[in-house]
Amino acid sequence: MIGLQHFMLVSAGLFCIGLFIIVSKKNAIQILIGIELMLNAANLNLVAFGRYDRINNGGQMFALFAIVLAAATTAVALAIILNVYRRYKTIDADKINQLKD
Amino acid sequence: MSLVQVLFYLMALVTLGSALVVAASKNLVRSIFMFFVTLFGLAGLYVLAVADFVAVTQIVIYVGGILVLILFAFMLSGKESLAAMEQQQNRFISLNTIAAFILSALFLVVMVNVIFKADIAGLAWVKAAKDTGNIIPVNQSGINNIGINLMTSYLLPFEAISILLMIALVGAAHLSRKEGNP
Repeated sequence: MIGLQHFMLVSAGLFCIGLFIIVSKKNAIQILIGIELMLNAANLNLVAFGRYDRINNGGQMFALFAIVLAAATTAVALAIILNVYRRYKTIDADKINQLKD
Repeated sequence: MSLVQVLFYLMALVTLGSALVVAASKNLVRSIFMFFVTLFGLAGLYVLAVADFVAVTQIVIYVGGILVLILFAFMLSGKESLAAMEQQQNRFISLNTIAAFILSALFLVVMVNVIFKADIAGLAWVKAAKDTGNIIPVNQSGINNIGINLMTSYLLPFEAISILLMIALVGAAHLSRKEGNP
């Protein structure tokens, strides 16, 4: 089978690509995609280590909970993005610089 | 090289390559659909890590739920978001993104160093699991075990996360409601 190290290298690459997207992009939706990529990198590590826990399934359980948490986060974040768009007519993260009207 | 290894490298290539396209693409729609490819590649990697239930959950929740939500937000936020995208530079590494590039490259260097120096396969608990046969076998799925664990030892987190999911959905519906309506 494939060693743990390979999974961790792929996950490190995904994490860094997500970080690059978050820091460099201006569009709020793209920043959200970057956050999702980083969450998925963490999930990959959990799943890869979870293979060595057959009885308790700790890694796979945590990965499932993390996926559900990511879904909840995305729903709320997209509602916030829609609200911001309604108020500012843009979702450029650089141009959103007021707290309330 | 065995077939499993070939498949693993193929999946890793698809995942990392499409993630790079997501980072480099100027077109928002294209980057969203490339994110779709990334998620499928990750599901394949989960299967290769003998976690088939997590892989199916990934496809159902991410591709069926989150990606559709992102597409909705993109379509509801109109033309202006596209106009801002078009002004971005063509190149992957420009003067604006050089700081982000250096930051993520340094992160990658540090993490790869740590991974190579940590000797992961020789960790004590991993070795103990190998010795006692506590590894998920390749030829049988652990879905039964996942269900039993979810209803016994992980029952409290399960209920807590169901309440949290409900709160998040109610909050999202409340946030996105039209202003002025009571």
